Amino acid sequence: MDKESLVSLYKQMTLIRVFEDRAAEMYAKAKIAGFLHLYNGQEAVAVGSISALNADDEIVVNYRDHGWALARGASPGAVMAELFGREGGTTGGRGGSMHLVDVDNHFWGGYAIVGGHLPLAAGLAYAAQYLKTGRVTLCSMGDGSTNIGTFHATLNWAKLWNLPIIFMVENNNYAMGTPYDDHSPVPMIQKAAGYDMYAEDVDGMDVMAVREAVCRVAERARKGEGPSFLNVVTFRYRGHSMADNDQGRSKAEIAEWRERDPITYFASDVLLKKNHVTPAELDGIQKWADQVVDEAVEFAERSPEPALETLYHDIYAQPVSNMQIGGTLTRPAQISGLVGRNGKH
Amino acid sequence: MAEITYREALKRATREEMQRDPTVVLWGEDIVNYNGTGGAYAVTAGLSKEFPGRVRDTPIAEEAIIGVGVGAAMGGLRPICEIMTVNFTLVAWDQIVNHAAKQSHMFNGNIKVPMVIRTPNGHGRTASTHSQNFDAWFAHIPGLKVVAPATPYDAKGLLKTSIRDDDPVVFLEHLQLYSTKGEVPDEEYLIPIGEADYKRRGKDVTLVTWGRMVVESVKAAKTLADEGVDVEIVDLRTLRPMDLSLAFESIKKTNKAVVVEEGWRSVGLGAEIAASLQEQAFNDLDAPIARVAGLEVPMPYAKNLERATLPFAEDVATAVRAMMQKQY
Repeated sequence: MDKESLVSLYKQMTLIRVFEDRAAEMYAKAKIAGFLHLYNGQEAVAVGSISALNADDEIVVNYRDHGWALARGASPGAVMAELFGREGGTTGGRGGSMHLVDVDNHFWGGYAIVGGHLPLAAGLAYAAQYLKTGRVTLCSMGDGSTNIGTFHATLNWAKLWNLPIIFMVENNNYAMGTPYDDHSPVPMIQKAAGYDMYAEDVDGMDVMAVREAVCRVAERARKGEGPSFLNVVTFRYRGHSMADNDQGRSKAEIAEWRERDPITYFASDVLLKKNHVTPAELDGIQKWADQVVDEAVEFAERSPEPALETLYHDIYAQPVSNMQIGGTLTRPAQISGLVGRNGKH
Repeated sequence: MAEITYREALKRATREEMQRDPTVVLWGEDIVNYNGTGGAYAVTAGLSKEFPGRVRDTPIAEEAIIGVGVGAAMGGLRPICEIMTVNFTLVAWDQIVNHAAKQSHMFNGNIKVPMVIRTPNGHGRTASTHSQNFDAWFAHIPGLKVVAPATPYDAKGLLKTSIRDDDPVVFLEHLQLYSTKGEVPDEEYLIPIGEADYKRRGKDVTLVTWGRMVVESVKAAKTLADEGVDVEIVDLRTLRPMDLSLAFESIKKTNKAVVVEEGWRSVGLGAEIAASLQEQAFNDLDAPIARVAGLEVPMPYAKNLERATLPFAEDVATAVRAMMQKQY
């Protein structure tokens, strides 16, 4: 990788970190509601992965999706506006934090039913295989999703049909709050062995290690060697979501992982050590990220709430011609029985 | 115009669409070579040989059959996913409701899911886990289109439209209809989703129904005609979005309605239809709307008990007679 590309990895990880910290602030100010799953600590996974893929490879991830969307090129303003539930969001305020999307960049979305997106990713991979587009699909998931039925059904199918897909476990050692050893009886990588699937353990705190692993398995997929499985060992610094006060994990454990922070590690052990950047340049990147996120918040604040009249839009991609969406023909509102034919009570 | 079976009509629709559009693919359990030609109910028998590589067997994993279909549809294909019977769709309910149905709206029109989920309702001495009707469940879900044809003609025209449609269509067939026959033209035709149809014109009472109960209603109408009662039958054909315009038109004339469904009565589609009719056309009605429905028990195996739980033509006729005999 040339110097510029290496610095770009650092910039993306820094932007994600700053974005997530600001999202936490906005949640505390009640600008953001519902569930907010932050990516702090796991930045190297999305950034390293995406740097290894082509622009038209397909990405499908779970609900901890801000980092993936940003690394794939979604506008920070649109992502923040989505968290705010505004018209300018990636889905115009429909999906919220857990359902970001950027189809133009082949980012097919965050999905919030644990394990639910795995078969979708296999379907995208099958479409690529059938249409001979040469695209590889990367499907990321948490360690908690490796026990549900769709995990096993999808790995089985992907191997059977030799699909060009990468199953990536972002293994942060907790399924919500349940530690790995309390939810899985075997080492993670062994779960792929049952399907005779090529698998690697990867250091998820090292952006270059993630990148190199994804390069290897994407190459396999492109050569027709089928699916792969990456157990990317990482850690999230915050609770499962902002609704989790994180009292279930020890402070010592969190501190220990912070020692290996993917951003500071990459700065000190790669960028500075090899003289790719100066400390002043790193400060400049921090300021740049702060400014981008400031602008994202301003954009979100300015963006209007979605117009009420759009509520029924897009329930169908192809509307049915002779009736209103929603059931019976003349349903005027939620209170159908109290409204007479003349529209009066 | 030739008489063909409902099963054959479905196969012809599938074949024509696969010939027309190379992105149409078909997969399901044991559809390639079971019994030599494929399919537990032989609906697509032989197509695996006509379209090698495009008709594929899957593992017995319904959540993946549907979920892989959703993803393939997102990626530019038009998958037809066969679920062997409606009972097994329950395994895939998350994929149908949380994924197929949500994509277009939740992603603000950025993602579309042009897929067909084909599956039969029905019974046949297979007991409670294999003898069910989930029309009302599917019809409850915004984002799905739900089609339930009663005749070979409708089955063919609606399946072709469903395959071409850009949304997930749950296409509800019926085990007891597969061998029924009807006239189907040789030339191509399409039937729009969301349009009801009169299956019999009459003046005395309106039957609102769909699926197998259309056939039973037609039988009942013949009996009732001999007794001097002239029944009009509205076949909804599509359950979501539901077109009640013909039902409203019909009760304006007959002033009486019986809703006829195969599924369990409580919280069923009949309740929804009856509620909509009385909300919007109360003044057209001379009598309370009656419902004919299945008994609310898990289906037993024994022949006499199975028959007792299901509605048939005689039940439709009984309901109509009761309505006609009362003075309003």
